[in-house]
Amino acid sequence: MSRSLKTAFFSALLVLAVAYPVLGLKLTTVGIKLEVHNASPTLLWTIAGCALLMFVWQLLRQRIGAAWDAAPKLPRVPSQASDFLTLPSTQRWIVLGLVMVALAWPFFGSRGAVDIATLILIYIMLGLGLNIVVGLAGLLDLGYVGFYAVGAYTYALLSHYYGLGFWVCLPLAGLMAAFFGFILGFPVLRLRGDYLAIVTLGFGEIIRLLLRNMTWLTGGPNGISSIDKPTLFGLSFERKAAEGMQTFHEYFGMAYNSVNKVVFLYLVALLLVLLTLFVINRLLRMPIGRAWEALREDEIACRALGMNPTIIKLSAFTLGATFAGFAGSFFAARQGLVTPESFTFIESAIILAIVVLGGMGSQLGIMLAAIVMILLPELMREFSEYRMLMFGALMVLMMIWRPQGLLPMQRPHLELKP
Amino acid sequence: MPDLYHFLQQLVNGLTVGSTYALIAIGYTMVYGIIGMINFAHGEVYMIGSYAAFIAITGLTMLGIDSLPLLMTAAFLGSIIVTSAYGYSIERIAYRPLRGSNRLIPLISAIGMSIFLQNTVLLAQDSKDKAIPNLMPGNFVFGESAANEVVVSYMQILVFIVTLVSMLALTWFITRSRLGRACRACAEDLKMANLLGINTNNIIALTFVIGAALAAIAAVLLSMQYGVINPNSGFLVGIKAFTAAVLGGIGSIPGAMLGGLVLGVAEAFGADLFGDQYKDVVAFGLLVLVLLFRPTGILGRPEVEKV
Repeated sequence: MSRSLKTAFFSALLVLAVAYPVLGLKLTTVGIKLEVHNASPTLLWTIAGCALLMFVWQLLRQRIGAAWDAAPKLPRVPSQASDFLTLPSTQRWIVLGLVMVALAWPFFGSRGAVDIATLILIYIMLGLGLNIVVGLAGLLDLGYVGFYAVGAYTYALLSHYYGLGFWVCLPLAGLMAAFFGFILGFPVLRLRGDYLAIVTLGFGEIIRLLLRNMTWLTGGPNGISSIDKPTLFGLSFERKAAEGMQTFHEYFGMAYNSVNKVVFLYLVALLLVLLTLFVINRLLRMPIGRAWEALREDEIACRALGMNPTIIKLSAFTLGATFAGFAGSFFAARQGLVTPESFTFIESAIILAIVVLGGMGSQLGIMLAAIVMILLPELMREFSEYRMLMFGALMVLMMIWRPQGLLPMQRPHLELKP
Repeated sequence: MPDLYHFLQQLVNGLTVGSTYALIAIGYTMVYGIIGMINFAHGEVYMIGSYAAFIAITGLTMLGIDSLPLLMTAAFLGSIIVTSAYGYSIERIAYRPLRGSNRLIPLISAIGMSIFLQNTVLLAQDSKDKAIPNLMPGNFVFGESAANEVVVSYMQILVFIVTLVSMLALTWFITRSRLGRACRACAEDLKMANLLGINTNNIIALTFVIGAALAAIAAVLLSMQYGVINPNSGFLVGIKAFTAAVLGGIGSIPGAMLGGLVLGVAEAFGADLFGDQYKDVVAFGLLVLVLLFRPTGILGRPEVEKV
């Protein structure tokens, strides 16, 4: 008893030391002087309550544990159901269903709903792209947003300085991002996993800092604004077309409706996502896709089998970057404005959180995770300031409880039947 | 000779910042040396340390205490206690359950922890910069005229003395004390140390606490020198300290000290050459270059990957 009392006392003190000084006391600037005050009484009582709870919990841990084991359990998800859900063929059907819903969405959803769906599609694309690097090839890339930025700025700069349209710039943006991925990936992919993570993080930050500081080219912190929206075979969706162009509503003899533009952007995003899905699924069945997964599982075995790890990793890195470039150029077209602040490390972390939450390697998981991650903050506006807090906590909890993600994909395996 | 004076001034500034980087880098390097993971949340521990220090100083000033040694002691003690608690809890919550799994999993958990801590402080305190006046104003000036001089502030002297003392204390602890020997044994071979009766869980927790305490010392020094703190400051300082640890050879404590000093000086001269806004690019660029050409760092040992 005295031992657990000591632990309990220590744990409660720890809770107080962690919570009270930094969370319970608030620094405020009054005039030019700094003052420190107690935070709201509710918060203080919460902290005291947590400490007390910790004390009781540590004191009675063994007994509570025993009681918990004895208590009747909630019925668990039958293993057959989860088995069925994680089967690749089931997931393929669910993906197909999701695509159907996505196709019908703009004709039933409101303007706001379509707009949010477009945002979700961008993140799905980024998630699928990062999934190649993190989920399939097992390389932790924390600078993914750098390639997103390269894609966005490629379109923004080409459109700003040379007046090129979206459809010309889209492949160029992909190529440019791929080029960056190749150049950056070539030297760093020799490094081991965790080093790679930090170096890519460094690269991502360098790209952002360069974009911010090269004011003569990129407009510095203000970025580039009034970027053209995509057109449909030369038909613009604006109210008034530019010189020598026709607008969509004039061509089809309809009244001008701003919803058309939103729906069109949504369909473009959907097209890009479908393209991404198609390409990745084809690649997965090619030797290169198999090699990615093999490399993730065991690099030494791969090398022993005569595969070249550098080339395999580089291809994953470059392809992932390409999709980020596509997503970036679409992002620039949708926003009409790019600034370096859209491409901070936090953005990389959100994309990573989507991949991790969904289950590394599982495409369906990533789609669902992207929907949840983008929709939840939109639905809970009043909690929006807690968004990043929840992301962080979720990443830790997922790693502890379900490192394989919410909806992982079953790997091919053999089982011995009794 | 204005150039020589300019050079010396940059050197002094670089060494001051560099020695604080070195203190933080020790935290990265010790954890990496023992469990082979990058403690990504270490930068946030630094940030929390700077808040604790500011809170201690402001609190005491409001109570009417203004003797400098007392304020300094309170800042150091308060900051060390709080960050030690954080270091221990972070290890306990986010890393211990994941020990022995794939390398990427603890790293992702660490990134999550870092985001979580940063936003906790952001919500509890707000996102505005907090500033306090310099507690130790005044400079030593060496040189004959205004154009040819080297200015060393009292604060910089304090930074040198405190970092030197902490590094000596750490070196003594690691090389001479019983616990330090246990730490080295764990870094050499965790399983073997466990078999020989060392409580490895406690030793790992201890390295986190030591790292956090050193980060707190650096936080007090650096935030008092700059005079401004905010919740986002941990990220950048964390990455820079990590760069310092890699530069010196991750896993090696003297390496981290050396790496911090080299990085500080390189940054000072880089900012001088390319302009202040490229200071961070210099640090990141250095990190990339080191990892490319000498991934083991200046004093590191090459790591052999085994099946």
